[in-house]
Amino acid sequence: MADLLETDQPLLIANALSKSYGRIVACRDVSFALYPGEVLAIVGESGSGKSTLLQMLSGQLAASGGQVSYRMRDSVTRDLASLGEAERRLLFRTDWGFVHQDPAQGLRMAVSAGANVGERLMAVGWNHYGRIRESASDWLARVEIDVARIDDAPRTYSGGMRQRLQIARNLVTEPRLVFMDEPTGGLDVSVQARLLDLLRNLVAELHLAVVIVTHDLAVARLLSHRVMVMKGGRVIETGLTDQVLDDPREPYTQLLVSSILPP
Amino acid sequence: MTAMIEVADANKTFTMHLQGGIELPVVRGVTFHVDPGECVVLSGPSGAGKSSILKMIFGNYRCDSGRIGIRHRGQVIDLATAEPRQVLNVRRATIGYVSQFLRAVPRVATIDVVAEPLIVNGLGRADAQARAGELLRRLNIPERLWQLPPATFSGGEQQRVNIARGFISELPILLLDEPTASLDAANRAVVVELIAEKKRQGVAMVAIVHDDEIRHLIADRIVDVTSFAAAA
Repeated sequence: MADLLETDQPLLIANALSKSYGRIVACRDVSFALYPGEVLAIVGESGSGKSTLLQMLSGQLAASGGQVSYRMRDSVTRDLASLGEAERRLLFRTDWGFVHQDPAQGLRMAVSAGANVGERLMAVGWNHYGRIRESASDWLARVEIDVARIDDAPRTYSGGMRQRLQIARNLVTEPRLVFMDEPTGGLDVSVQARLLDLLRNLVAELHLAVVIVTHDLAVARLLSHRVMVMKGGRVIETGLTDQVLDDPREPYTQLLVSSILPP
Repeated sequence: MTAMIEVADANKTFTMHLQGGIELPVVRGVTFHVDPGECVVLSGPSGAGKSSILKMIFGNYRCDSGRIGIRHRGQVIDLATAEPRQVLNVRRATIGYVSQFLRAVPRVATIDVVAEPLIVNGLGRADAQARAGELLRRLNIPERLWQLPPATFSGGEQQRVNIARGFISELPILLLDEPTASLDAANRAVVVELIAEKKRQGVAMVAIVHDDEIRHLIADRIVDVTSFAAAA
């Protein structure tokens, strides 16, 4: 694995990405490369531009300037803006995942858990009911949901279970890149710890590349290899996660790090 | 170079922006090397910058200037200027760090905490756990505790789990930050033995130890950190 990491090509490349709404600049000149298996955390307070950036990276929001390129499964790196709508949808259903802070945004709350997971498989052409159900139960078990609950709708689930179901739904198609927007945001601390532990293991096992937006530095420390600190739409500091958190250089990063209450 | 670690003229200052931009000089002109199979002990009073130097060698603290040359897979990489990905690769394949405190993920069993560095480097789970068990046994952690997460263990037990995790991997460089603090005499002797075994395997080590007796037992050379004191 180490050798692979040293030689491979970036999966996602952001080049001078910017977004402005009239005279308001939400995101300014962001560039980075993300490699397979690499977890990048984007941290910063509300209004720092981190969610805008995530939306541009995942092709949900058009940039005012700059590009996002992605290395497709055929190893050709393409500008996202050059993809047709159908190609972009396919990417979203297969090679990418998106974990929302609110599971209700990423799940269909009224249909069964099994169907929530199976739907992504059907979208990529699976049509054998037995195999879809088998794969769905397999994934429920992997995210520690009792398989006896497979026919229940997520609206009957607790917050933590819903979030784990959303993760299963995203990972069932074996994506190479997953975007996460405050995935532990609305959860109790004990539920958060369990989810983080689960995510950490899945990310390592599946060799996933992840871009995770969080305001919680503990989440960044536990999950990410690298961190980007944003303020006022700009990246003000970036580096290895433990470097940035243990030896922060910028005044704002020092403020963020020193604002954590000891447990 | 034939040295595993070659630190040359490394400098580190903290700028405390929240305290009106006070500059806290940590170390200046740090220069020393470590050969394979050698244990260099950093000496000096508390606050002299020993732990900071260890963290600079691990790429955890950034250097303001100077060079941290590390022999990694036959090449020399300067960690003072390396990209984050390179630093991670060096940590995966070359440098291990045994910190003073265990930072464990909740819910993970002790045996897996110890086995993890081997699994990350591709060893099968069963083999990795077998090796973890051997080390835990040597460090006198009773088998009935192996399946429990170490969070509830005593300070000394956690430190021994931490040592087992640090010594299990077969990395050519090990950084040891007070590995024998909070251990009793029997366990201190085990750690001294583990360090001797690593030397025979050609591992280069940098250690911080306050106990004079342990220092005499493990040090091949002593580097006095006060000579790198930054003029305050």
